[in-house]
Amino acid sequence: MFRFSLAALAATAVSIVLLTAGCSTSSVKAANVKPDRDRHEAPEFALKDADGKLVHLSDYKGKVVLLDFWATWCGPCKIEIPWFMELQRAKKDKGFEVLGVAMDDEGWETVKPFLADIGVNYRVVMGNDQTAQLYGGVDALPTTFLIDRTGKIAAVHVGLASKKDIVDGVEQLLQAPKDGGIVPEPGLVIRAK
Amino acid sequence: MAALSLSLASLFAQSSGHLTVGEPQKVAGKRGAAVESKIPVSIQSGFHVNSNTPSEEYLIPLKITWTATGALEAPRVVYPKPTMEKYEFSPTPLSVFTGNFDLVANFKIAGNAPAGPGIAEGQLRYQACNSTTCFPPKNVPVKISYLVQ
Repeated sequence: MFRFSLAALAATAVSIVLLTAGCSTSSVKAANVKPDRDRHEAPEFALKDADGKLVHLSDYKGKVVLLDFWATWCGPCKIEIPWFMELQRAKKDKGFEVLGVAMDDEGWETVKPFLADIGVNYRVVMGNDQTAQLYGGVDALPTTFLIDRTGKIAAVHVGLASKKDIVDGVEQLLQAPKDGGIVPEPGLVIRAK
Repeated sequence: MAALSLSLASLFAQSSGHLTVGEPQKVAGKRGAAVESKIPVSIQSGFHVNSNTPSEEYLIPLKITWTATGALEAPRVVYPKPTMEKYEFSPTPLSVFTGNFDLVANFKIAGNAPAGPGIAEGQLRYQACNSTTCFPPKNVPVKISYLVQ
């Protein structure tokens, strides 16, 4: 009961985040990285990877995570995946990870050959409706969440995002202090008296 | 009268997300006769569905699958000519359907069919996208009323 309530609360929080970010399943809006005070906890999940190993989102605590909901039949997703591979290569050593969530109904039978074909270099888990609901439904693909080192959602991109928005968002989150301290917002100039 | 027809059509329409199937044309004929039914389909403005012959292997085609055809045999669906459209997410144009179009279902009435009415049932499977976003494949029921004379 307690766990269910937590999950429901988390789902509601994410829905509010999506709504306040102006994201809907029928429009594309590049979300900027939110200030820390406006971020909400990314809902926890446990999903299996291609080897059958259970992956929890909490396994990534302390890292900046790009959580990508995608599917093999989704053209825009195929544009973004090479960007994410590039980011994974360039930023892995700085505390960054990409985690793909495949939403194909056919499961690994379809997804595994696709991953092998393009040589995806980050971990992919098999999604389900329950996890999608936790993240506000995720009917439109691709949907990409940027999660900060403290496990909070800092940005949501629904639909094909701009590569620059994604890269800038990841950079910004990687530059934040690891203890989650306050970072001046872009454009804010602090002058010494 | 026109308003009544419109509201009846709206009542019948089977919608699922970005695609709506209108009322298929009713068919009637004698045993052994060839019959055809037009099935009106409407795609939401700003969206497209992959054609029955997508240009990329990974794309899910528009397709009718019959689940129970009753006295109607040898089903064959004629799809309209697709258009080739270029989208931001694809380096090459894609074979798609947009707007309003008809699918034509062809059948033969079985030689031993009992006289009287019946319904052929199937599902139209499709997968829709706009220029930047795609939506999961969906199935819409299709029901064709027929009369064996």
